[in-house]
Amino acid sequence: MSDCLLSFKNVSKSYDGNYVLKNINLDIQAGEIHALIGENGAGKSTLMNILFGMSVIHNTGGFEGQVEMNGKPMNVKSPHEAIDYGIGMVHQEFMLIPGFTITENIKLNREITRNNFISAVLGERLKSLDYKLMNMDARKALDVLGMDIEEYTMVAGLPVGHMQFVEIAREIDKTGIKLLVFDEPTAVLAESEAANLLQAVRNLAASGIAIIFISHRLDEITSLADRVTILRDGELIVTKNVKDTNIVEIAELMVGRNVNITRDDAAQRTYSEEIVLDVKGLRVGMPGEWVKGVDFSVKKGEILGIGGLAGHGKLGIANGVLGIYPASGEIQFQGRPLPLNNTKQVLASGIAYLSEDRKGVGLWLDESIELNIAFTAMQIHGEFLSPLGLQDSKKIHENALKMIADLDIRCTSSLQTAGALSGGNQQKVCVGRALTQKPQLLFISEPTRGIDIGAKKLILDLLRQLSEEEGMTIVMTSSELAELRSICDKIIIVCEGQVAGILQPDAPDAEFGLMMSGANRKLEGGLAV
Amino acid sequence: MTETKKSFNLFSYINMGTIIIAGFLVLIVAMGTVFGKIPLSMMLNDCITRFGRNGVLVLAMLPAIQSGTGPNFGLPVGIMCGLLAECIAIENNFFGLGFLLVSVVLAIGIASIVGYGYGKLMNSVKGSEMTIATYVGFASVGLMNLVWVSTLFRSDKMAWFLGEGLRTTIQLDQVNANLILDNFLAFKLGAHITIPTGTLLVVFVLCYALYLFFRSKSGVAIAASGANPMFARAAGLHVDNNRIIASILTTVLAALGIIIYGQSFGYVQLYDAPMMMAFPTVAAILIGGATAQRAKVFHVILGAFIFNSMLATSLPVINRMVAGTDAAVLTDVIRQVVQNGIILYALMQVRGGNR
Repeated sequence: MSDCLLSFKNVSKSYDGNYVLKNINLDIQAGEIHALIGENGAGKSTLMNILFGMSVIHNTGGFEGQVEMNGKPMNVKSPHEAIDYGIGMVHQEFMLIPGFTITENIKLNREITRNNFISAVLGERLKSLDYKLMNMDARKALDVLGMDIEEYTMVAGLPVGHMQFVEIAREIDKTGIKLLVFDEPTAVLAESEAANLLQAVRNLAASGIAIIFISHRLDEITSLADRVTILRDGELIVTKNVKDTNIVEIAELMVGRNVNITRDDAAQRTYSEEIVLDVKGLRVGMPGEWVKGVDFSVKKGEILGIGGLAGHGKLGIANGVLGIYPASGEIQFQGRPLPLNNTKQVLASGIAYLSEDRKGVGLWLDESIELNIAFTAMQIHGEFLSPLGLQDSKKIHENALKMIADLDIRCTSSLQTAGALSGGNQQKVCVGRALTQKPQLLFISEPTRGIDIGAKKLILDLLRQLSEEEGMTIVMTSSELAELRSICDKIIIVCEGQVAGILQPDAPDAEFGLMMSGANRKLEGGLAV
Repeated sequence: MTETKKSFNLFSYINMGTIIIAGFLVLIVAMGTVFGKIPLSMMLNDCITRFGRNGVLVLAMLPAIQSGTGPNFGLPVGIMCGLLAECIAIENNFFGLGFLLVSVVLAIGIASIVGYGYGKLMNSVKGSEMTIATYVGFASVGLMNLVWVSTLFRSDKMAWFLGEGLRTTIQLDQVNANLILDNFLAFKLGAHITIPTGTLLVVFVLCYALYLFFRSKSGVAIAASGANPMFARAAGLHVDNNRIIASILTTVLAALGIIIYGQSFGYVQLYDAPMMMAFPTVAAILIGGATAQRAKVFHVILGAFIFNSMLATSLPVINRMVAGTDAAVLTDVIRQVVQNGIILYALMQVRGGNR
């Protein structure tokens, strides 16, 4: 192809022998808008890190294959060199200095200067800034984007939509920009702002700049992009012309996988109709995982799954119910209102919680396994204390031995520190602590994150066993759909802080994909799947 | 997995720094006996006395470290509470045991209130507690200087012979409280060693009390809040309250510590004397093997002994070995280098080691 601007040739990347990108072949043409989609962990960020020569790539042994620009191999060792090649990136988090004006932000480190008498003596670095020329340049860039705000406005206090534009203006102001990468640019924007942005992207493409557009919003992609590439588990599944495909197909390709953890008994599990937990209008202020008004209810004995993409608020739900991050709304537990923002009372009322951040929140890493297991029950229910109020080491020890045997925790002794265990065994210690609390309802977030595949199955089996044998109600939050589908009775999909829908575990892949990307709300009527 | 008994592994409690300093101590003592011809028993006597004198002050570091505020560089705050209590007791003409008991009760009362406020302050400066605490300590010294020069106290035992305000040092033999604990059940071992039984008993009883406290529900809660605040929060604990409890404890212990220090030393030292007391105390617990995040009673005892022994022995040894008037200066220079070097070493371990 003569107009092929950038091409990835057989690009692979591994971390410690674990391939996160396998044999990627991708061509980007000048002036095209190329959408790149995939679930979290599909390899999008790694691919972009390679393109920009981020140190995380080079510090871990580089990558295999080749990246070519205009047919010539590129050797980008740092983001700075990427700029020299004419590649720019619009970040999801704004990299702007709030106390500077728009012009100053756009021209940062590329200022236009003129001589003065001091610089004549002391050199380059003390030249005066030529604000007139800089403002003109900034104006030009802003005009390309159709933005009518004054270039001398301070960035602090601008609406997020405008900040995004300033960021883009900075990239296009760079001379010789050939390729711009947008990383989920509309994630933080309101609908009208997003529409403006998309129009600006179209204008840029029309001027000959190639665009790589990363987004989870499928409707945006279908209305904007020329071609779409779908990544899944580090592999390039397909590159298609957007004209030849549709939202449903893209969603299916994005999610579809060989479900390796299968649901062995398709037989319907039975559980009572009694509602244990009823959540109404829950809003949680968890940074990065905002929950913006969620309603759901959990029936006694059921395993409820909560899925969705990272950053859309699925993790915030459990953290909000438990009061770890500030929350508002109304929660009924076993018919009684549950106090919000009061972790102690929530735990005391019979709810246990296993955090998604096992090492940071879930464990006291430099303490013994046995104290970790007994800790919450001791603090909340006053168990494991002698009549004098001191720790009852014997009871703590006996309980720990029982949990170690029941859960098959592999350790040299119950006095080993929790930090010395492998991920799977650490998770079991957390489960052990939760069981010691004898809860009626268990919240568990990302139960298998960072755990090897064998241990994963053990943990999931354990959860199912708890549900079937002890009749425990479980709310499980996970980024891995396959995992949710393998043990949950129903799955709530969260998108942009709200419930996008509730699905049966055996619902088709496309439905999951559409809900996660928020596209289902925009499709009219039912799905023709 | 079938293990049923806790095995006590001494070596897991001792770190490299402790061993180095202990080796250095042995070297000094050896030099003293071989070249300086100082009787070993005489040096040992100094070590034991100074250990008893400083033990409770070093113990005051324990709750602060365990609660996550780091070593209590604001020790002078607690010390001031103890000094104030002693002055009030003298002013009201208490003698001997009465003086001691009244000082202790008042010190606990004053230090509890001050410790609460100090804890609130520490909660509002999370992340830079050690720096802030240092300057709060300095500031409290300055503030109390105003109290000492004021006319609040009128007792002749404490006032300047001319003018107003309190003297810089107040002799405790005036109130029969000199060595009151040191002499309790004291006995002699050989010619040079006197065991200050009462003081040692108080130190060990308080150490044991703190050991028990950190095995209680609130003690474990404080330790968890310090080691991993998010973990503690997820277990329903109120981290800030736990830090306040620990601040009260450390302030009360510092107040008691200075009372014990004073009776053993024989003087109540006012004005700028407490200014720099936090540093050797911090150095002592760190030398015992504690880090800025984790400390045990064992570290307190070991550290208080090794560090104070080193200060107690190095001075006479160097005095003997270097003739002339320079000796005293040199000794103090070496003491400063060693003491601050230890703090520096220990604080460097904190930043790099654990995370």
